[in-house]
Amino acid sequence: MTTTSTRALVTGRRLPKGRLMPRRRREAPAQRPGQRRRQIRESLAGYGFLSPWLIGFFGLTIVPMIYSLYLSFTRYNIFQPPRWVGFDNYVRLFTNDPQFMQSAQITLVYVLVGTPVMLAAALATALLLNYRDKGAGFFRSAFYAPSLIAASVSVAIVWRALFSTDGPVDNTLSFFGIDLGGWVGNPDLVLPAMIILAVWQFGATMVIFLAGLKQIPKELYEAAEMDGANAIQRFRAVTMPMLSPVIFFNLLLGIIGAFQVFASAYIISNGSGGPAGMTNFITLYLYKRGFSDGQMGYAAAIAWVLLVVVAIIAFILFRTQRSWVHYSGDNR
Amino acid sequence: MSTSSFGEPAVQELEHQLDPDTTGTQRRESQPRRKVKRKTWQTIIWFVVLIALTALVLYPLVWLFFATFKPNAEFGQNTGLIPENPTGENYLKVLEGIAGVPMWKFYWNSLVLATAAVVGTVVSSALAAYAFARIQFKGLAVLFAAMIGTLLLPFHVVIIPQYLLFNNLGMIDTFWPLILPKFLATEAFFVFLLVQFMRQMPRDMDEAARIDGAGHVRIFWAIIVPLIKPALITCAIFSFIWAWNDFLGPLLYLTSPENYPLPIALRLYNDQTSSSDYGATVTASFVALIPILVFFVVFQRFLVDGVATQGLKG
Repeated sequence: MTTTSTRALVTGRRLPKGRLMPRRRREAPAQRPGQRRRQIRESLAGYGFLSPWLIGFFGLTIVPMIYSLYLSFTRYNIFQPPRWVGFDNYVRLFTNDPQFMQSAQITLVYVLVGTPVMLAAALATALLLNYRDKGAGFFRSAFYAPSLIAASVSVAIVWRALFSTDGPVDNTLSFFGIDLGGWVGNPDLVLPAMIILAVWQFGATMVIFLAGLKQIPKELYEAAEMDGANAIQRFRAVTMPMLSPVIFFNLLLGIIGAFQVFASAYIISNGSGGPAGMTNFITLYLYKRGFSDGQMGYAAAIAWVLLVVVAIIAFILFRTQRSWVHYSGDNR
Repeated sequence: MSTSSFGEPAVQELEHQLDPDTTGTQRRESQPRRKVKRKTWQTIIWFVVLIALTALVLYPLVWLFFATFKPNAEFGQNTGLIPENPTGENYLKVLEGIAGVPMWKFYWNSLVLATAAVVGTVVSSALAAYAFARIQFKGLAVLFAAMIGTLLLPFHVVIIPQYLLFNNLGMIDTFWPLILPKFLATEAFFVFLLVQFMRQMPRDMDEAARIDGAGHVRIFWAIIVPLIKPALITCAIFSFIWAWNDFLGPLLYLTSPENYPLPIALRLYNDQTSSSDYGATVTASFVALIPILVFFVVFQRFLVDGVATQGLKG
């Protein structure tokens, strides 16, 4: 029979069989005289080194976050003090703002299509490069170059030119008998053009995949080959599980990054989010509401919706990682 | 950038010469000939596929380079790669600048902002990373978790309060709102990268230094900083490029054209002249990219290896 002591009741812990009282905590070893002072000194040093970060973390992240949460319950245009309106902004966002609904929809499409396609392109290219070491370095660098500049205004301008009516893409497709016209001015095609821009910057992700592939022990492949596994089976049984932490990492950061696309949408649409609102990504809509229309409270509500959606997706990813992400013992 | 697309066949040639597998001279004795032949074919296909992919990926950049030499009349008619009547006129127009501000001013502004970002980011991130990686203090675990949390935080949640803060401080249309945060290690990526790097450093040396009576400042400066130089360089390059490309920050905080860095100046071209002066727009875009492309060519080892080891995104 198990006996439950009062202490165990309080802490909710059950005692092992045959023990009436919880085991007494082992006495802490007597502190040497200088030790406590040294601990304090260490803490002071720690906070000293950390002070720039701490100021930034509280002054530019935590306090602003709390303030933007407060603002999201107000109407505020900078010139008059914020006026409390309760959940008005949120109610309006979800029931009475078709622009927001469209914005949320195209952002989700962009994230949910663009990120997986980009990851697939990155993984496929990484596998290709991993086949051979010699010569791979050159290609590795060549593919990486676009991801350094993909978010820049210059590239957005190039994209606009490439995908405009009679632009190179349009002309090439016409040559093959596919007449789509310009992509940038076409509500049906501007989102695919944006997704292609996102996929184009697969290089950084590819390099991370490649580094992951290089760390998979060769013996695993040799053992699988000995068991008669073909290339596809080896990929599924060895590569995928061993690479799953890297896939998880890239997926998480890819999704979070994709939610925040701004400059390219702004440039491609001249800041309007057009045509027909199809480049009005959530960040661009937030910018227009807050900084063009001066509806700071409303924009803060949009920001918090974005935060919650990103948090939910991150949470789901972390929860499901147990079922598909394989961590071997030696991983940090 | 343009040279790389032309250089591919040469590289391929070189690889073939360097690689004994493809010429098949070394393995011929030890392995059946058919296997060698199959390997050669696989390698050739491998090169062809990758060169095609490279051409596709780099095409937008190569197109941009050649487009800078197209006269205005040619846009819309000739969308191919090579200009029919190459001209240097676009560059002259871009040098003049826009909205009464000469081009070198935009360049200078970008340079000031990016340099400040490098100094601020490297110094503040290294200090924070040292605390996280090398000092045991109360609250370490909680603060470290919070730092990792900011990695996942969408930046847009804080832009409105930050804007109001800098507005109240009277810093709108100055560089301060763009520079100050860099000195406060707000970019968690760099802190994280340096923590990872510092944790790998063996503890023997700083423990020996401690026994000899060195404090944390001394250990940081004399032991850790020299050891993590490669990681610091990676941070410096990336913070430069990110600051150089930054669009939203300057868009929010800078209002007068003489303060504009390049991305916002490019927006002026894009808005005002997109229909009439395509050549100038495209050329200005290319000119704005030159430092990044130079950085890339010079530092590509650092950039690619930095990404590979630490999982940093471009």
